[in-house]
Amino acid sequence: MNWQWFHRLGSPRWFYQKTSVLLPWLTFFTLAILLVGSVWGLAFAPADFKQGNSYRIIFLHVPAAFLSLAGYYVMAIAGAVGLIWRMKLAFVVMRSAAIIGAALTFLALISGAIWGKPTWGSWWVWDARITSMLVLFFLYLGVIALQEAYQSETTANNTSAILTLVGTVNIPIIYKSVDWWFTLHQPATLKLTQASTIHPSMLYPLLTMVVGFYLFYALALILYTRAEILKRECRTKWVAEMCGVDVNNKTSRT
Amino acid sequence: MKFQFQSLADLVSMSGHGPYVWACYGIGLLVVAYLLITPMRQKSKFIRQLRRQYARQAAASGSVDSAP
Repeated sequence: MNWQWFHRLGSPRWFYQKTSVLLPWLTFFTLAILLVGSVWGLAFAPADFKQGNSYRIIFLHVPAAFLSLAGYYVMAIAGAVGLIWRMKLAFVVMRSAAIIGAALTFLALISGAIWGKPTWGSWWVWDARITSMLVLFFLYLGVIALQEAYQSETTANNTSAILTLVGTVNIPIIYKSVDWWFTLHQPATLKLTQASTIHPSMLYPLLTMVVGFYLFYALALILYTRAEILKRECRTKWVAEMCGVDVNNKTSRT
Repeated sequence: MKFQFQSLADLVSMSGHGPYVWACYGIGLLVVAYLLITPMRQKSKFIRQLRRQYARQAAASGSVDSAP
């Protein structure tokens, strides 16, 4: 079997050059889909018969929560790949995923709190789903803090990768929290195995936003990873050439 | 599919839920913008730094060349 693609994947230069072609398209589609989904959800989806218009927060809250969980898998897999194969690009991805994951978990928590006020009458309840999401937020912050805490890059990468893997135990708890405990938070609306408990007129804008957020996640992950690659590879010839510095001219003069 | 509100003012107020809904979307927009702009600014700042560094090196080696 040809494993060349796998090793190429680990090459920061290969990653940087391939994503340069992809970026304009990805940016355009991400922003377009997010815009369509937001306008649809805010103005064209019918109001909920129980919650009225406050339910429109779902079109932001659910995709953000989805991606804060899916993003944890991305971070954990990247950490595992880094630990097993010593692939330097994997640790860069892990670090980027931690920043984006923390921001999206924050968005899910704060939009949930704002939604909770008109619906449950309280900004915050110590409910199983919400508390486990708060733990997720702290896990992301922990990974970011550990990355900064060590002088040695290798130690920082290894320790935060191990924290990432240990924290994976929280993910099934979050998913199942609405079934295992009696909670204020409503059970899952979108289901893979059964019919979703939401009317199509609300489902389609929601799915549009979910797709938009997946694309946005990919876009942000690529942007952060590229910025980090440049910093780590700053002494290489390809980075110098890409920045428009004529390396050959410089070497011929000295 | 039709527009669900009587007027633009109705869309803004959302029968009393407007502040909650618009606050969420406002924060959402800030988070999305932050996650896109921060890496782009980091990148351009880094490229500026690198260019300056190479220019300094070139100037230094240039003065060595012309000295003797």
